[in-house]
Amino acid sequence: MTSQAQVLPGTLDLLILKSVSLGPLHGYGVLLRIGQISGRALLIEQGALYPALFRLVRQKLLKARWGTSENNRRAKFYELTALGRKRLREETEGWNRLVEAMGSALAAQPEQV
Amino acid sequence: MKFLSYFRRRSQIEDEMEEELRSHVQHRADDLERSGLDRAAAERRARIEFGGRERLKEECREALGGHFIDTLISDVRFSLRVLRKAPGFTVVAVLTLALAIGANAVVFGMLNGLILRPVDVPQPESLYGIERSDEDNPVQSYPDYLDLRDRNRSFESLAAYRITEAGLDTGQDPSRVFLFEVSGNYFDALHIQPYLGRFFHASDERGPNSAPYIALSYAYWHSHFQDDRNVVGRVVQVNKHPFTIVGVAPSGFHGTLLFANPDFFLPMVNEEQVEGRDVLNARGTAWIYLALGHLKAGITPAQASADLNLIGSYLKKTYPKEHGQMTYSLSRPSLYGNFLGRRVEMFLTGLMLLAGLILLAACANLGGLFAARAADRSREVALRLALGAKGTRILRTLFTEAALISLAGGAIGLWGSVALLRGLSVWQPVPRYPISLPVTPDTNVYVAALLLALVSGILFGLVPVRQVLRTGPYQIVKSGSTGAVGRRITVRDLLLVIQIAICALLVTSSMVAVRGLVRSMHSNFGFDPRDVTIVNTDLSMAGYSGERVPDMQKRMLEAMRTVPGVESVGLIDWLPLISGAYSQPDVFRDQATDLSPANAVASPFSFRMSPEYFQAAGTPLLAGRTFSWRDDKNAQRVAIVNKEFAVKVFGSAKEALGHAYKLSDGTRIEVVGIVESGKYKGLTDESAAAMFLPILQSPTLATNLVIRCSGDPRQVEGAVRNKLRELDRALPYYVETWSQQLSDFALFPAHVATVSLGVLGAMGALLSITGIFGMAAYSVSRRLKELGIRIAIGAQPKEVLTAALGRALKLLAAGSAAGLILGILASRVLASIVYEASPRDPLVLTGVVLAMLLMGLLATWIPAHRALAINPLTLLREE
Repeated sequence: MTSQAQVLPGTLDLLILKSVSLGPLHGYGVLLRIGQISGRALLIEQGALYPALFRLVRQKLLKARWGTSENNRRAKFYELTALGRKRLREETEGWNRLVEAMGSALAAQPEQV
Repeated sequence: MKFLSYFRRRSQIEDEMEEELRSHVQHRADDLERSGLDRAAAERRARIEFGGRERLKEECREALGGHFIDTLISDVRFSLRVLRKAPGFTVVAVLTLALAIGANAVVFGMLNGLILRPVDVPQPESLYGIERSDEDNPVQSYPDYLDLRDRNRSFESLAAYRITEAGLDTGQDPSRVFLFEVSGNYFDALHIQPYLGRFFHASDERGPNSAPYIALSYAYWHSHFQDDRNVVGRVVQVNKHPFTIVGVAPSGFHGTLLFANPDFFLPMVNEEQVEGRDVLNARGTAWIYLALGHLKAGITPAQASADLNLIGSYLKKTYPKEHGQMTYSLSRPSLYGNFLGRRVEMFLTGLMLLAGLILLAACANLGGLFAARAADRSREVALRLALGAKGTRILRTLFTEAALISLAGGAIGLWGSVALLRGLSVWQPVPRYPISLPVTPDTNVYVAALLLALVSGILFGLVPVRQVLRTGPYQIVKSGSTGAVGRRITVRDLLLVIQIAICALLVTSSMVAVRGLVRSMHSNFGFDPRDVTIVNTDLSMAGYSGERVPDMQKRMLEAMRTVPGVESVGLIDWLPLISGAYSQPDVFRDQATDLSPANAVASPFSFRMSPEYFQAAGTPLLAGRTFSWRDDKNAQRVAIVNKEFAVKVFGSAKEALGHAYKLSDGTRIEVVGIVESGKYKGLTDESAAAMFLPILQSPTLATNLVIRCSGDPRQVEGAVRNKLRELDRALPYYVETWSQQLSDFALFPAHVATVSLGVLGAMGALLSITGIFGMAAYSVSRRLKELGIRIAIGAQPKEVLTAALGRALKLLAAGSAAGLILGILASRVLASIVYEASPRDPLVLTGVVLAMLLMGLLATWIPAHRALAINPLTLLREE
């Protein structure tokens, strides 16, 4: 945990979709998963997660059902819907394009101009 | 139920949300516990890390998409809090609206009850009354009615009615009753079924006095026969003639005149027994009030009129002596055709217009109030915008406030109007007749009032929207609400001036009316109603006829004279200014030989009286003598005439005395006395000719005893009643003071005009006050900064006030002046209703000016205080 980056505005939804796409998760699980897949580089504020989850459910990108967690506690598990999977694919592509563009822009040398 | 299930679902969502968050904290605590903390510390730490749970939940709710009802509830809660902080504004706004909605609901209630509602019969849409299109009044003679009934091809069955009074003796105290004389087919033609027993039918009519049957109205059966079901078959006396009660009408049916509530119905073929005269065969005597019936299926009113006009030309051809051109049209029978219906419609349309104006004024005022408030709150709004509140959210709260105020105002207004309408519908304008206004409010009225309240709420709620939308938070927080001070005349200003003018007009008119009313109480009627009590009766109600009539009248006069406290007693057939049914026969010069109407010199009011009438009535005899009991059938026919008559017929009073004139039947009548001219039919009439004839020479059944007392006329009433009972127990009568009767009849229109003008004036005044208040408050709050600077550089209070309120006061002055002038002009119209109404009265003029000044003072009091209380230091610090 060397340095932690703040999540860019608008990327939280994408991170949630990605982490849930790897398997159904409850809310706390989503936090852990994001930490895990980002190599603990991205920190999500615990409270910020739930409004985002609810919003995604409302947009029919996620669906939720109650189940039992690995700690043997009752928890609400989220998984991707077909719509969510499609959105994840699109957003990932978009993100990649943005990163590529930003990368090449930032790598520009004086002689290239 | 949908509402309930919504709430159940909502609480389920809340529970789930709570459980999910708790589960999150538990999982976190589990992790922390694994890292070495004990359970309690781990849970505490987890909760702290999680942060403010309520705020989070609020965000989640929003993310879930706040439900309409939730937002509404929170908006309402917020608005209530805001409104509670501004009680002055809230009260003024709610009252203004309550007034406007109340006025409109009352007028609509009357419109609903009198115009929109048909008579209570099955299929009222096909029920029509026959109207004479060549005459104002739809009255008919009986033979004409029979021709119309039998010759028309348009009506299923044509019925007819007349309203009259009679004496009813059921074995107990005889009483006066108010009844419908109806054609035999009346109930069948209207498709009315009896509640009890049976009705009479066309087949019961077999010539004059052949159907002695009575059908009671439900209300009379209930109040006078205590719902006794054995009443059917009982024989009662109507004007001393036996009639059999055959049945009781259903409770909803009270005849075919909307505001009349007859005690019972009886066949008009028995008219002679009820009225003491036989006119069943008189084609020239129109006494049937209205003929009416259901049109046959497929017949339009136009076709029916054409059909009736054919009968009209037949009647003209067959009876040229009695009839000229006769044309017919159809109309709704509920308000006695066009005769009353059109007048009521016009009156109510006028009222509706006025009420609409009041609503418009109220909306304009509320717009002003809201604008002032929005200006006051611009800082708050700007701050909220700056802190990230959405514009829509702010607009929504403004709308919620407007809607809350309109609902509250609507509810209060409706409550007031319902109370007023209920009062109106039990009110009996003429106590002795069962007449009432059927204006009990129904769902229509409630719905209309509510809609009106909401629509006007949205209307005035819209006013400050533009102002709010324009608000740049940055601008206002930085520099305060300045905005250009409007110099040009706005629509709102114009509305306010018009409103003040209307108010001043109403105030002027009501003051003129009140002064006129007070004066007309003491004006010269040609008689003196003070200290006089009246016994009103009709001897036909106790079956008197022929020689028994004058005998009884003499005995009544004698008996009254023996009552202690009575100074003099006279008798007259109809009291002037009380009944509307005065005969006005044509009179001719003595030397005239052609006694056709065209040759008549005058049509004087004709009264029949006992010798002592003038003395009892307090009418001064100018010349000659009054009658004596020797002026009987065997003596020369004599008359006493008024001055106007003498001048009109003879040229002067001197020439009249001792000379004769002629009636249309050739009778020569000698003038033996001259009296002062007075008022006979209406207070506002020009002076008219009148003649008085002795009762022994022209007998009358109608009897009014004029009893002049030495003190309060009410003190002799008991003794008067006792004497009458001793004379004839079967004779029904009314006893009332003359002044009371005058105010019931002659002064009634003046009273109504005065009261309604007063009420409207008060409403107008209230609205003007709120209007000026709104405008003044607005102008002060918009110019707070400017005023503060003026004070800081040494402006005197007077200058501050001029700057702050000058515009409002100018508008007030302009409006008042316009209203006063209009009021003076309108008083000419008023003078035709209220006798002696004159605007050239210093008291009225001062009164109006004072009233308007007082209004201005009241309305600008608070804004003026606010302007004067400006502390430039505070202001400069704040802005």
